[in-house]
Amino acid sequence: MMQDLANAAIETAKRRGASYADVRVMDVRHRDISTKNGQVGTLAEAESLGIGIRVIAGGAWGFSSTDRLTSEGVQACAAEAVAIAKASALAKRENVSLAPEPTHVDTWQNPFLKDPFRIPVEQQIDLLLAADKEMRRVKGVTVAEGSMSFRRIEQLFASSAGSSIHQIKMQSGAGIVATSFEGTEIQKRSYPNSFGGQHMLRGYELIEEMDLVGNAGRIAEQCVALHSAAQCPEGQQSIILDSSQLGLQIHESVGHPIELDRVLGMEANFAGMSFLTTEKLRKLKYGSDIVNVVADARLEHGPGLGTFAYDDEGVPAQCTPIITNGLFTGYLSSRETASSIGEKRSGGTMRCESWNRLPMIRMTNISINPGTWKYEDLIADTDDAILMETNRSWSIDDKRYHFQFSTEIGWEIKGGKRGRMIKNPSYSGITTEFWNSCDAICSRNYWTLWGTPNCGKGQPQQVMGTGHGASPARFRNIKVGVAFAK
Amino acid sequence: MANQNAHLSFAELERIAEKILKLSAAEETEVDVSASTDALTRFANNTIHQNVAEHSLGISVRAVVNGRTARASTNKTDEESLRRVVASAVTLARNQPENPDLLPLLGKQKYQKVSRFFSATAETSPQDRAKAVTRVCKLADKHKQTAAGIFASGSASSVMANSKGLRARYENTHSEFSVTILEENSSGWAKSNSPDIRKLDTEELAERAAAAAAGSRAPREIPAGRYTTILSPSAVLDLVGFLFYDFAGTAVHDKRSCLTGRLGKKLFGDNITIWDDAYHPLQSGAPYDGEGVPRQKVLLVERGVPKNLVYSRATAKKMKAKPTGHGFLLPNEYGEAPMNLVFSGGDKSTDEMIRTTERGILVTRLWYIREVDPYEKILTGMTRDGTFLIENGRVTGGVRNFRFNQSVIEMLSNVDMLGPAVRAAGEESFEMVVPPMKVRDFHFSEVTKF
Repeated sequence: MMQDLANAAIETAKRRGASYADVRVMDVRHRDISTKNGQVGTLAEAESLGIGIRVIAGGAWGFSSTDRLTSEGVQACAAEAVAIAKASALAKRENVSLAPEPTHVDTWQNPFLKDPFRIPVEQQIDLLLAADKEMRRVKGVTVAEGSMSFRRIEQLFASSAGSSIHQIKMQSGAGIVATSFEGTEIQKRSYPNSFGGQHMLRGYELIEEMDLVGNAGRIAEQCVALHSAAQCPEGQQSIILDSSQLGLQIHESVGHPIELDRVLGMEANFAGMSFLTTEKLRKLKYGSDIVNVVADARLEHGPGLGTFAYDDEGVPAQCTPIITNGLFTGYLSSRETASSIGEKRSGGTMRCESWNRLPMIRMTNISINPGTWKYEDLIADTDDAILMETNRSWSIDDKRYHFQFSTEIGWEIKGGKRGRMIKNPSYSGITTEFWNSCDAICSRNYWTLWGTPNCGKGQPQQVMGTGHGASPARFRNIKVGVAFAK
Repeated sequence: MANQNAHLSFAELERIAEKILKLSAAEETEVDVSASTDALTRFANNTIHQNVAEHSLGISVRAVVNGRTARASTNKTDEESLRRVVASAVTLARNQPENPDLLPLLGKQKYQKVSRFFSATAETSPQDRAKAVTRVCKLADKHKQTAAGIFASGSASSVMANSKGLRARYENTHSEFSVTILEENSSGWAKSNSPDIRKLDTEELAERAAAAAAGSRAPREIPAGRYTTILSPSAVLDLVGFLFYDFAGTAVHDKRSCLTGRLGKKLFGDNITIWDDAYHPLQSGAPYDGEGVPRQKVLLVERGVPKNLVYSRATAKKMKAKPTGHGFLLPNEYGEAPMNLVFSGGDKSTDEMIRTTERGILVTRLWYIREVDPYEKILTGMTRDGTFLIENGRVTGGVRNFRFNQSVIEMLSNVDMLGPAVRAAGEESFEMVVPPMKVRDFHFSEVTKF
């Protein structure tokens, strides 16, 4: 049925004057569960099926989408896409040009062991409530929360050039949070990560491996203990970031600035632009010599939220070196943006949130390669630092230079040993100065491919999942504590 | 361009709703059906680079079984899909523990009429938007500047019905124009939205953004610190928007509101009074909440003292208060929130604020704001697209953008002057009616490179 709809849309678009058309038919299924203080909060399932049609006509882009999947509905949608393209041509400066891409006919599905939609919902609720109970056993916890979310995305990409690509992606995620109010302070601790936990392109086996119940008491105790912990000092000093915080640091200060649409000004009104202007490619010393970052959408990188076989304009998944031994070596690109900077081929990073959204350049899995350090050796090698774990807030300017992060918890490192707990840890800096101060990265044994399910970009805004592999790393001479400075 | 879902009249949406109610074997059933058409023309580098339209339908069913409730949604209208969505809601509802806070569905209600649908907006075509964008791009060309932005328009209609006889309907249109004007080392921005597209003056907004870009050329770097700061309505909106959930009864009950232990006590300056008022002429949104409770006008802050919270039905029962019509769709764990904040303004013009400032900062737009401390309400973020130095009562040029770490509570205690409240559009918050403000000792903590 998906192929018939796609064919009808493409034929109509061509007949109406499109020189190129591509279509995404997507059938998306969701399940969302949340609990709070021993009760079920959200309990919902949703499905959404529709078609998005993108065309070039008169040398300009048009896009329309509909969930009215009758023959008339799809034809009207395709005709509207062409009419919109012709309106776009009113303000055209030059014809759209696309980097060449062979046609592909393929099917793909990410591997998983347990279909989360076949696991009884009461079993999923029981797990969250068991973790909830463990958190609330700890005196001082005022709110205990847990959540799970599952997505099954079936999609067909078809183009007027002859591509037809059928993909099914299964995505799972979960997390728990303890919150404590005391005096004039609200503290929280999350597991395995904040803002929804960990999410991957996997089945329910991911949730079972997390051991939410086994970790609930620990984070609840830390949450309450934070009230009496020492305040993060202000000043310049070494910091060690845990892998989840380093994953978000990569997202904000590497992943976004390498988006070629930002670089070329296409996002100037909302998401912003980038300090990584095109003359810096293969010239800028982005980080220290040990910093190596890739954009890798291939399954062999891991089942991340940025993993797929083909992107949403029919380009196969690739691995692009972004930072190589500290040197800036690559952008995230699309067929149009690759063409505009003279690259021979798209890097394959175009993705859309659902059938009703236009594909745009999105991070795939932007990961830092593991280093050589054992975690224990890194701590032992550090005289004076703050170890910061689990993101609490994040902010960066619209060219991705100046950032500030705070984490849920910190630990003083003194004389090679982990010491007292630190509350309200924060650090700030300038992107390239920060990455050039990296002097140690832990090995593959400590590397985790984190999922960020909530990355917003575009107008109308699209929320997309991205992947970030990272292991703990040390940075020297970093400004800390500024978030709470008076 | 014809609206593909425009043919879905209220009567047709209601027919789907009635069909769902008939199909449901649940003890109680609530259904929401909505149809929308949205279009957005996006431009950058003085040309249109994205131009999109969307037509969608949503059917959302909540079933109540034995003191338990759950929701299932679909956009498919065939008989089998409608049966399946009802069955999903019932199955999900059954397979969970009983919810002691769950209340029976509401019966029939009376709603105050609001008029937020404008044909001129609904009938806007891609050509209309492209022509307006072309004029703005030509203006930028003329000034040797680069324009980027969006021009969006759309319409939506929705009905709510339940098995206890409640019936509600709402329709609205929306339009928005946002523009960033870039020069080599500076930029300016302006944004406005309205249910009535005729109220958007796209060229005036572009001229305003162009003037900010020209006026902030070659920005100087000045040291971070505490400055008297004049915030545009958009900048005020994006800061005070972070307060909205603090006024939820659930947030206070959970002790994660900055108002925990502070209700009835002086928290802000005398010149701060805030209402939630869905019926204000500059506001938008339906006159009922996620359960169909009529929205009430609520005085949240009076002369700096937080007075009242908003409540869903379940939260109101738990906290021995009355529901205010601010609940979210059930089931959820957040309860409610005021979504139509209206600040009382003042009578000072921005020119007067500048004229009376010896040394200060004028802010056009804020960006990437995040909460650092939820109880003291410290927020961090950046300035963007037109940050100016004021010296001796006049704007003397652009400055490099700052990072701020500022408590909103402290900020609202330090307001020296207020302008008239307007419908403001920002990036971090939904639209509210807020004034421009002149604030003492606003804390800029660091400076960026541009």
